[in-house]
Amino acid sequence: MPSWPTETKYISHSTLRIDAVPKLTGQARYSSDIQAQGWLYGMILRSKWPAAKITSINLEKARAIPGIKAALTVQDGERTVRYYGEELAAVAGTTKQACLDALRAIEVEAKPLPHVVHETEAMKDDSPKVWEGSPNASNPKPSDKGDVDKAFAECAAVIEGFYTTPVQLHHPMETHGSTVSWTDDGVTAWVSTQGVFGSRDALAGGLKLEQSKVRVLSEFMGGGFGAKFPPVLESVLAARLSREVKAPVRLMLTRFDEALAVGNRPSSFQKIKLGASADGTLQAFEFDNYGTGGLGSGGTTAGGGSGVNLPQPYIYRVPNTRVKQTVVAINAGGARAFRAPAHPPASYGMECAMDDLAVKLGMDPVELRLKNDPSEIRQREYKIGIERFGWKEKYKKPGSSPGVVKVGVGCGGSAWSGGGGARTTQGEAQINPDGSIEVRLGVQDLGTGTKTVIAVVAAEILGLKPEQITVKIGDTRYPPGPGSGGSMTCPSVAPTVFDVCTKTLEQLQTQAGIADARGENWFSACKKLGVNPLVVHGQWQPGLSDSRACGVQFAEVEVDTETGMVTVKKITCIQDGGLIVNKNTFESQVNGGIIMGMGYALYEERIMDDLSGVVLNPNFETYKVSGIGDIPEIDITLLNMPERGVIGIGEPVTIPTASAIANAVANAIGVRVSSLPITPAKVLAALGKVPPSTVSKT
Amino acid sequence: MKKPETENAGSFSRRTFLKSLGTTAVAVAATQANAVAAELEKANTEKIIGPNAVPVTLKVNGETLKLQLEPRVTLLDALRNYSSLTGAKEGCDRAACGACTVMIDDVPVYSCQNLAIEAQGKAITTVEGLAKNGNLTKVQQAFLEKDALMCGYCTPGFVMSVTALLRKNPHPSVDDVKHACAGNICRCGTQPRIMEAALQASGVACNSKTEVIDYA
Repeated sequence: MPSWPTETKYISHSTLRIDAVPKLTGQARYSSDIQAQGWLYGMILRSKWPAAKITSINLEKARAIPGIKAALTVQDGERTVRYYGEELAAVAGTTKQACLDALRAIEVEAKPLPHVVHETEAMKDDSPKVWEGSPNASNPKPSDKGDVDKAFAECAAVIEGFYTTPVQLHHPMETHGSTVSWTDDGVTAWVSTQGVFGSRDALAGGLKLEQSKVRVLSEFMGGGFGAKFPPVLESVLAARLSREVKAPVRLMLTRFDEALAVGNRPSSFQKIKLGASADGTLQAFEFDNYGTGGLGSGGTTAGGGSGVNLPQPYIYRVPNTRVKQTVVAINAGGARAFRAPAHPPASYGMECAMDDLAVKLGMDPVELRLKNDPSEIRQREYKIGIERFGWKEKYKKPGSSPGVVKVGVGCGGSAWSGGGGARTTQGEAQINPDGSIEVRLGVQDLGTGTKTVIAVVAAEILGLKPEQITVKIGDTRYPPGPGSGGSMTCPSVAPTVFDVCTKTLEQLQTQAGIADARGENWFSACKKLGVNPLVVHGQWQPGLSDSRACGVQFAEVEVDTETGMVTVKKITCIQDGGLIVNKNTFESQVNGGIIMGMGYALYEERIMDDLSGVVLNPNFETYKVSGIGDIPEIDITLLNMPERGVIGIGEPVTIPTASAIANAVANAIGVRVSSLPITPAKVLAALGKVPPSTVSKT
Repeated sequence: MKKPETENAGSFSRRTFLKSLGTTAVAVAATQANAVAAELEKANTEKIIGPNAVPVTLKVNGETLKLQLEPRVTLLDALRNYSSLTGAKEGCDRAACGACTVMIDDVPVYSCQNLAIEAQGKAITTVEGLAKNGNLTKVQQAFLEKDALMCGYCTPGFVMSVTALLRKNPHPSVDDVKHACAGNICRCGTQPRIMEAALQASGVACNSKTEVIDYA
């Protein structure tokens, strides 16, 4: 079994991001920056009805707009659309302005159908049906473990709560889209994607082409957070337009499009009953949840649970449980994987219930967790966090903070089942006689630092400096790699590069007749290759990576009881990531997860309009995300566990933030705001200062 | 090109209306009305450009860009799609995200909210125009050292906002940086590092307090 070196020069230290300079100087070319020879704009016309029978789409007037070179429908013939924003047609033209004119000129005849955009409405028997002949809501049987009723009867303390979370939108800064060129040789597509190979296969399938005729590139991409896996409908449309106009077409979604049709995190409406014996040992848990993943979820419809079902009772050991989860279809865009799918809402529901129970038991919330959390790693992390955060000094009885602006603290834990490596990952290295080296993998860098991780591992194994390694990724011509999801990229890539470089070194040493070609011997060894570069293939190896990262976070907040404003003052994070590959980029990932979790706690929510069925806040002026003025002090402690190997952490770090903040708010004001996002209106309503809002139904 | 409106179009032109107003109203109002009339007359006799493409000359990063643009083309669109300067990014096209931030005469602006024709005659600086001869600016260098970027799509906008701030105020406070970057959105969550980078570029050392603890 291979193992990581114990004495390291780069692994577990900090190397600066190797592709920072092109990003800082505007030289990095993202899919939206590709200016292929003779390129045209592409744009999509979307349904303005949340539900309708489309009877005809007339493109003639659009085609007559000066500058328009092609217009096509997404589907021929009559069809039903099921959400506002569903794709109807696409155009290609010489300017953005011509395309905008063309979209306005397309004539669509439609017979509007009744629609429903809220879960609670959709569950009613007389609600309009998203899918004809199918109920909107699934009809699940509760799953029981142990004897729940008997256990509750014997509990010393029982709490009941109804905790809700909104639909959250991904909103990566670069929208979905691509530049696609279709020639006689095949299709070349620069796609903003989390999986170049997955996108290639989806494009080939959608275009009925051989996979070998499709090349997907993604050297730089502007974030994904789970939304940028296939299907790549917008790329398929760009390809169809490109074929028609015989020129490359760049089709990027608008920010409005982004809010409608390319994924979201499902909502949750969690009814939780939780009971414990007098010493705080959890005994019984009852859970009845419903939520929507948009049109793709519901009774007998396809698409599975759309990530609506939550892994409850999350990280806690409870002997008796009853869990029922209902998936509800509504007329809205479908859910997609979103950074730790199902975990942040599960964590929020369960951690709120834990704190409410702690209050009822008169126990310290951290003590209650230590009593019921089976993870040794989290136990250790809580103990580090108690000291680092100053929990014992800061934790006060709920609502006891004096004055108008009240201070509170809270905590929460996370577990992530993924984060392990994909055993199919492959890579190769090319060593040139002049000593230059290129390492190639068919993976992509979402901004997490994948390229830097590759350079760090290669440099460590070969005894070189990271800047000597030319890293090539984001191309289906390179050895296949997995899509970037499940926090799997780092634990897939690092062992693969380890294998590639170990084998490369062995071959180089054999060919050059040098016992150790590393470091100062590198160039003389490479010179002995003569004229032929050495190309060595390798693949993922077991024993170098692990899964299941654990983390805990503490939050300190201030709540203004007159305005209802919540200010996060501090987040303390203790995170395990196994063997830390690059501390610098690891830390950035932790910051990012916390800040996104803060948005989930306080600001983010897709708001649907009952009457029109539209998304009311599709752009950043109304869909609020954390800004630089909102950022608290973030204190990070990384738990180094090299014996576990490399573990991905991109997802786990965002899980417990909202839970910790929500608990801190409850601790500050002495009452629970049981709905995310924790807006000023909800805080004031919880304090009884304003009536509960009837607007926000999530 | 659209013809200027003729004086006698219709039986009651705006000008005659304003003139008649002038003869019947009090003196002050008459003066104002005459001023409005003069403005209108001036506007009417000026060339109305568009809707077709017109020649537009932009001075970007010290170089002259001669383009043919419809008057409705934004500065962002002109940079990204009529020249090869794709450093400024389109994140919202609506003055809500700041990814398109450039400087016009040292003032940071959303290039998606400025028409290219209106930016003529001004000195436009994009992120491509900062580093000279391959040398990063102090701000860019600090962003690199502090890892104040992840996916990098918002980065040009933040770099421009911080650069503009430091030109105006070489020693900003934390609140100054927050204010200067309030119009920029980052979804990856690089804001703490951007704050450190901005302060470092202004000469304030910022070291990571992150601790690594061995489990074993």
